[in-house]
Parts: sequence; structure tokens; C-alpha cells
Amino acid sequence: MSAPAGWEAVIGLEVHCELRTATKLFCGCRNEFGAEPNTHVCPVCLGLPGSLPVLSTAAVELAMRIGLALHCEVRPSVFHRKNYFYPDMPKDYQVSQYDEPINVAGYLDLPDGSRVGVERAHIEEDTGKTSHVGDTGRIHGAGYALVDYNRAGVPLVEIVSEPGITSATQARLYASELRAILVASGASDGRMEEGSMRVDANVSVRRVGDLELGTRCEVKNLNSLRSLSRAVDHEIGRQVAIVEGGGRVEQQTRHWDEDRGCTVTLRSKEEAYDYRYFPEPDLVPLAPDAAWVEDVRSSLGPMPADRRRAVVALFGAGGASDARADQVATVVELGLDHLVVAAAGAGIEPALALARTANEAAADAAAAREVDPAAYTALLQMEQRQELSATQAKAVLAELVTGGGAPVEIARRMGFEALAAGSLAEVVAAVVAEHPGEWERFCGGEAKLAGFFTGHVMRRTEGKANGKAVAAELAKLQG
Amino acid sequence: MPARITREETAHVARLARLDLTDDELDRYAPQLAGVLDHAAQVAAVDTAATPPTAHPFPLRNVLRADVPVPSLDRQVVLAEAPAVEDGRFRVPRIIGEAP
Amino acid sequence: MTVGLTPDRAEASAGGAEPLSARALADAVRRGERRASEVVEEHLAAIEAVDGELGCFLTVTADGARRRAAEIDAEVAAGRDPGPLAGVPVAVKDNLCTTGVATTCASRILEGWRPPYDATVVARLAEAGAVMVGKTNLDEFAMGSSTENSAFGPTRNPHDPSRVPGGSSGGSAAAVAAGLAPLALGSDTGGSIRQPAALCGVVGMKPTYGTVSRYGLIAFASSLDQVGPVARSVADAAALFDVIAGHDPRDSTSLVDVPPACGPAVGAGVQGLRVGLVTELTDAQGVDADVRSRVAEAADALAVAGATVDSVSIPELRFALPAYYLLAPAEASSNLSRYDGVRYGLRVDGDDVADMNARTRAAGFGPEVKRRILLGTYALSAGYYDAYYAQAQRVRTVIIQAFARAYERFDVLLAATTPGTAFRLGEKIDDPLAMYLSDVCTIPTNLAGHPAISVPFGTDSAGLPVGVQILAPALGEPVMVAAAAVLERAAPSTPVPRVAAPTLATAGMPAVGGAR
Repeated sequence: MSAPAGWEAVIGLEVHCELRTATKLFCGCRNEFGAEPNTHVCPVCLGLPGSLPVLSTAAVELAMRIGLALHCEVRPSVFHRKNYFYPDMPKDYQVSQYDEPINVAGYLDLPDGSRVGVERAHIEEDTGKTSHVGDTGRIHGAGYALVDYNRAGVPLVEIVSEPGITSATQARLYASELRAILVASGASDGRMEEGSMRVDANVSVRRVGDLELGTRCEVKNLNSLRSLSRAVDHEIGRQVAIVEGGGRVEQQTRHWDEDRGCTVTLRSKEEAYDYRYFPEPDLVPLAPDAAWVEDVRSSLGPMPADRRRAVVALFGAGGASDARADQVATVVELGLDHLVVAAAGAGIEPALALARTANEAAADAAAAREVDPAAYTALLQMEQRQELSATQAKAVLAELVTGGGAPVEIARRMGFEALAAGSLAEVVAAVVAEHPGEWERFCGGEAKLAGFFTGHVMRRTEGKANGKAVAAELAKLQG
Repeated sequence: MPARITREETAHVARLARLDLTDDELDRYAPQLAGVLDHAAQVAAVDTAATPPTAHPFPLRNVLRADVPVPSLDRQVVLAEAPAVEDGRFRVPRIIGEAP
Repeated sequence: MTVGLTPDRAEASAGGAEPLSARALADAVRRGERRASEVVEEHLAAIEAVDGELGCFLTVTADGARRRAAEIDAEVAAGRDPGPLAGVPVAVKDNLCTTGVATTCASRILEGWRPPYDATVVARLAEAGAVMVGKTNLDEFAMGSSTENSAFGPTRNPHDPSRVPGGSSGGSAAAVAAGLAPLALGSDTGGSIRQPAALCGVVGMKPTYGTVSRYGLIAFASSLDQVGPVARSVADAAALFDVIAGHDPRDSTSLVDVPPACGPAVGAGVQGLRVGLVTELTDAQGVDADVRSRVAEAADALAVAGATVDSVSIPELRFALPAYYLLAPAEASSNLSRYDGVRYGLRVDGDDVADMNARTRAAGFGPEVKRRILLGTYALSAGYYDAYYAQAQRVRTVIIQAFARAYERFDVLLAATTPGTAFRLGEKIDDPLAMYLSDVCTIPTNLAGHPAISVPFGTDSAGLPVGVQILAPALGEPVMVAAAAVLERAAPSTPVPRVAAPTLATAGMPAVGGAR
């Protein structure tokens, strides 16, 4: 998924992220998804005459968290009004940061080792939601629209990357890594489906070696990481085809049609819209002092890249193999890496800890994040000491994640525990004593008879024995 | 200093400001605006090379509010003032195109 | 400065407690000597009698006022103090939000709109025991200097109903002048309290930007707007200011430090005060000879009372008017975008939402509002921003710096409030620039964010009131009020308005000032 031979793509992403505050950016209405229409509204977020905005501390702090997590410089900033008419915008201007944003000049390190620059991450207010009824709004007819202002005034941070992304794969990686950072910093829940993270892509192409940038198109309506990479790929192909066919790419805003798998023109942007930006006179500048910035910085936990490095480091000097890179990325993205680190710290094989976490615990990541790391480690110890088979360990793990408790107890409740404390040795010894002939042949080198003894042990224990543990007992008896 | 505002520019500005002006209004406002702007253009005579702009009379900073929810308005009261309402929402004529 | 008079002597010489003063009414109500209901009925009757001729009020809130007055009487009867303005009728400019009471800004676009909330100043009035008797007329969205730009008809000057009361707070100024309310709230963006106060012969005060909350004041130009009192005496204006001033967490531009109470400063005198007579706001720019004479007499009066008066030239002030007519319309063009026919107010249907917006706004806004929206949109538009808006903001800095230099030498400044006295209805309505020049003396303080007060000081040769202005640095309200009170005591008497409440007319006393 990179540009056709002889071509290179220049991609920049604009990501809007709704902040997880209790209230809206400029008023005390709840910032909450899914309420009845127009129930989280007040004079301020409805833009009623005479109302005035007052900035939320929490929104500023979360914006700073995002900026610091992206290695930005946090600077004094000013709010501007971006003037344009649209019915989802109660004041018919959007309060946003324009030429003096709070965060500038950061970067994002991707799991593949590349680094993408972050131009800025600024604060702005969200709009309300319009639903079209009747016709689509694109053709004449009897349609109309309905507006709900619950989302109007919800705090957003817009993160603008530098146009340094070169492929759909990298674009996807950037968005997914950014999402992990937004979640890890506590700023956002990162849900693309609910629109709490929204991605627009600016795409242009040029021949390899050209210094001048091609004309760019902005692609909107990217509701998942998959849409993002498909849309970018499609757009690169479309633009290359136009230029190779002797045409010129027009500057446009395009809409990704997920069903048809293509981008379609929304509008031509030949004439830039005149937003008449000017400093918002109802708000005063924001100038976080060094102490505040440091407070926020010190309250930030390790970011995904740091955490991936910590997991990889468990594997020693050589690091984790490439084959495990996906597992490392998964546990970090799901916020389960602390379980791996805790288990490995208590002597569990890193490979076992990583595999159980990335494969099994990940199945219910939300619940797994709540699991007590000590209990998790205890379970893996039982597996590593072969007191539990892999199958049994997975079953206990599932129980542990959903219901919690002590793994020993869970294993006992599930009937696994009987064999865990030395009784296996007795059963194996009994089976050997009952079959002296087979035992002699086994000791004489007929290794396949291990299956015979294991089968008997399994029958005797109703399948609760751990196969590897049986083999170990047999080896012990052989001397 | 920019040239005098023309009738065409007045019409353009009216479109930006969503004002559906009649020809008569455009004929009347264009010269009036030009007159006021000629007067306002005097600001160009002030040497401000070393002067920062003032957006606020006083240099306030960091005026912030705690992130504590307060009750919202009663929806009935809100919608009672609206010209058209449907399904708890504000009803408007069809929207052509997306936001700029 | 040194204080020349003891407060006691000052109060006595100010004769501050004339029977119709707001303070005297409140004191009488608080002591149980008069009932708030009776005071309110008197004023409602006066409104009924003369407001047909003047058009001060867009809405008279008679029922609400009667209910509130009864509550206040009940409080007094129960031995509680309803507050410093107990039972005092107050007229409120109709660009201040009042819960459930139509708030129109004198615009068709907001006709019939009932806000779901009170402006902070309105709430503060209620807490102080004041009784709102109605909402007063204004130039649409406070844009104008004559109150002729009201969609619901002009207000007339009580001194001569063929003349304008000034504007934009013309309804408030005329109502107070005519005795329809002892106090009123106005708003001042470029002179909209002081200019009509001058033309109507009453006191009008624009406080320091940020001392009075703008929450619930329907915005014209946010960085310039300020709510303030209109009254028949400096002491009453100070009393109302003391009630409405104060930090408001709902207004991000509200100052945490507010000036000390002005009431006690009214009698402080001007002994040793350094007064600068501003040449540019007195002699230049078409100021009438009569007005110039009154200002000169006011300067003499201050000197007689112990102040040192010197002329001062602040040439930068010449650029205040042009800068203002870029900054204010620019902010206004954005502030008025929300009137789009979607959520409240007027809607004129259209083919699509953009068409509906444009038709609604064309039908809902009057000519002056349209002109200013066009002007402001133009000043902010790409290609003109730097030459117009940004340059005007820099000129604003220049003006602030010029004032700062003047205030190194002077405690307060003296100026005319308006270049002329009340003009005839229709005289300037078709000449926007001429109309804008009415505010030439008042605009500089708005740009600086400073306080200023207009005090009646005699009349012109036609017997129309003249106002003189005291300007002070930020948070200088107490010293400003002290100087204004000295002028008030020294002022020639102002005639009782031709159209006025019977109480005012028969009180046999000047509408302004005290014993002479």
C-alpha cells in the first residue's frame, strides 16, 4: 500500500478529538454522548443573545496533556472567532485557536520506527449535529434538516500533522498510534465510531524527485482506521491516474464512500472561504505558567512508545522478535502491558506473559485492565510450573478476567487444582506400577509409549492432568 | 490604503454576511460605506510600526472555570422560542452543501 | 489628591437627599415611611401619562413591578432590609436580558423573544431591592446616537419632543429625565450612556471596562460594551453603580478588582485635584460654541472648588473615531451572525437554509445595523484585515498609551460630552458619518476601557441641556464621581423638561443637582 512506482504521496492528517471532560468547553452543560436531543444546552452553548463563554480548566489541561504527550511546546495562546454560517453552529462562528495555538512543533514516533511531525494541536469547540430528512440536501426537493445542539460546545483538540506521511499504511499507523496516545493520556476515549475521534486526510502526489508539492485534496468521512487506509490508497491512485492521463488534480474536498470504496467530490476549493478570523473578544488569552505545564507533564504516565520499549526490553539484549512486534503493539494499545511487565518481573517467561496477554487477556481488554497484576502473575506461575495445562490456564484466565479472585481458588473450583499439588506424581506412579511390561519397554527406549501412560493418567484424572506435567513425572521415574 | 469599496464588493460582503440586499439597498449603502471607510482610513496615518495591537483594554490571562456540571435549560423553554421544531430538534430548510 | 470637604459637609452641600432621589426613596421605603407599592404606582402612572408622547419604553412590566413592590413591602413589614435600592423603580435598557420578559434590542429580528435568563446586572438590581418597571427603547442593537434606529419608533427628548434624546440609551435617558424612573440602566459602547444623558440633561456614567458584568448584555462590540447607570444626580448614579459593579465569574472579561464604593466619594470634593482640560475633546471637531463655553465654565468651577486646571493636548485622540468605526462594526458583524432564524426570533422562509438566513436577516435588521454589519465584515475580510482591523487595534494601543501619559500629569480629564445639543429627529438619519461624529468626544474612553461620566452643566442658547464629561483612568470611578459631584453643585440649573411626570413638574425643583 504505497504509491505506484515513480510516484510519491504526501499526506497530512487532521485529527479532531473530543476531550473527556465533565462539561463543555465554555459552559457547565454536560459533555455526554447519547442524551435526548437538546437537553444538554444552555444560553452559552445555544449562543443565546447576551451569553458569554468561560473556558474550562479541565479542557485546557487535557489539551496540554495531548501536547506534552506529542512532545509539543506548550505556549501562550489566543482564541479566535472563525466566522461562517452553518445551522449546526449556534453563534455562526466557531471559537478556535488560529495563529497562536496552545501546542506547536511536536512529533509522533510510530511502531515502525518512523517519526511524523506534529505541526500543532489546538483547542476548539465542536458543532451541533444536523440530520437531513427527506432528500439528501444535494438535489432540489422537499427535504429539510433537524438540529440537535447537545454536541455544540463540546471541547475538541485538533491535531494537525506535518505533511510527512508517505503511504496509506503509515497514515493508518499514525492514526492508530495517535489514538493510543489520546487514550493513554486520558484526554479522549478515542472512539472513531462514536465520532469522538475524527480523521481528515490531505493527500497529494508528485513524481519521485519533484520538489514542488502537488495540488492536494482533503478527504473527509473517515470513520475507521480501515476507511482511512482504503481512502488514502484510493485517493493516491486517483490522483496518479489523473496526472498520468495528462490531467490536473483540482483542489477539492472529497468524501469517502465506504460502500462504493471511492472518494467523491464534495466541493471545489478554488476560492478559499473567507473566515474573517479575529481575536475572540469575549475570552482572554491563555498563558499556562511553567509550574502548571510541569505539573501536567509530571502527571502524564509513560506513552505507548515508551511502553512498547519497556515490553521489548523484557526480552533482553536481542529484544522481541519481529513476530512478537504485533503482540507488543496490541498489549500496549489495549493498555494491558503493565500485566506483562509485572509477570515478567516476577520471573515469568516474557514470551508466555506476552502471549497470554496479547491473545487471551486481550479478548476482553476492558475487564482485563481491572485485573490485579499479582493475581495475574500467580496464574502464569501455575502455568509455568505446569500445575496447569495451557488449556486450563486459559480457562482460569478467562474466569479471572470476568470475575476476579485468586487463581488457585478458581482452578480448584474448576476442578483443576486437585492435580496441582503433587497428587499427579502419585497417579503416575500408580499407573506405572500397574503396567510393569510397558514401563520396561518405555524405559528401554520405546518413547511412543509415553502416550499410553499419559492416556491412562488422563482417564484416571478425568482429563484434568497436564500432559507436559505427566511427561515430566515419567521422566523423573525413569531416573 | 485599499481602494474605495465598490458596489460589487458591497454585494460580495453582503453575501458573506448573509444579507439579502435589494438593488436599491446596494446603491444606497455602497457610497455610504465608502464615505465611512474614507474617514476610517485615517488610521493609516498613525505610525504603528512598533506598536502591538490591543484586543482587550486590560491584560487579563487564564480566566478559567471548574469542570463542574450545572443544570441545563428545560428543553420546552428552549424550543418554545424556535421558529420551527420537530422531534425535540430545531427544524430548518434543507441544507445545501457542507460547512465551508 | 487631598480631600477638601468632610463627607458630612459634602452631603449637606450636595443636598443629596432631594425628595425624588433614588436614595431618598430607598431610605423612606427601608424605614417604612413609604411603601414600595405606592412609589411604584406613582411611576407607573407617570409612564401611563406621558410615555405615549415620549416613547421611552418598549415594554412596561407593570404586573411584575407591582408583585415585586408588594414583596418588598412584605419584607420591610417583616423587619428585613430589602437592600440599598429598596422599592426604587428602575428602567432597564432593552438590550439586557430579563427572564420571561421580551428583550428585543429594538430589532424586528428579536421581536417577542423571551430570554430564559437574567443579565447579571438585572439580578443584582433585584437583590438590591430595586423594582424594574420596564424595558427602554434604544437604537437597534445599540447602534446609533439618536434612538431613531429603533424598529419600534423613536424616543423623543423630554426637553423638546421634536428633538432626539440621543442614543443609543435614549429610552433610559429620556425616562429618567422625564421622571418616569429615578434610575435606569444603559449600555455604552462609544458613548451610548453619556451622549443621551447629556442631551436629556441627566447624569450618565460609563464604568471601567470589566467592573460591571456584561453577562446578559446583548453584545454590540464586546471589547467596548459596558453597562452603566443613568440618574438625575451624581449621587444616585454612584449608588446604582455600587449595586451593579462587582466581579462576575460568568464574564471572562470581568475584573476581579473593582473600584471601591463610589457612594462615599460623592462628597469628597476636588481640593488639590489635577484636572486636564482636553483640547481635542473640547475645541476641535465641530464642538458648538455654547458647549465650549459650558466646558470652560465647568473648568472654572472646578478651579474655584480647589482643583488645579490646565489644558492638555492629546493629539492621538483624533484617531479614536476612525479606529472605533472599524473595531466596533467588525466585532458587531460577528456578534450579530447568530440572528439567523434557526433558534429564536424572526424567520423568513427560504428555498434552503442559506436563503432563509439571508432573507431573515434582510427583513429583521434595520438600515444602520446592516450598514455596520457590512462595514465590519469588510474590515475583517481577507486582504483588508491588516490595513483596517489590525491597524485600528494598533491605534487603540496608541490611544491607551496617550491617555497613560496624560494621567501621569492629571488625576482626571475634563471634556465636552457631545459636540452639540439635542438635534431634530431626522436631521442626521441619512448621513451616517455626521451621526457618527456625535460620539467623537465619548469614544476615546471606550477604546481605553476607562470610566467617564457626563454631568448636566447648563444649557445652550436655545435652552437645551449641555453635558460635560469627567474622564478618569481605569478604576478611577471614586475620584471621577467626586469631581462630577462638584460640577453638579456648581452647575447652572437645568430646566424641568417640557414633557415630564407630574411629580417632577410640580416638585418645583430642577431635574438635576441640589440646592443653589
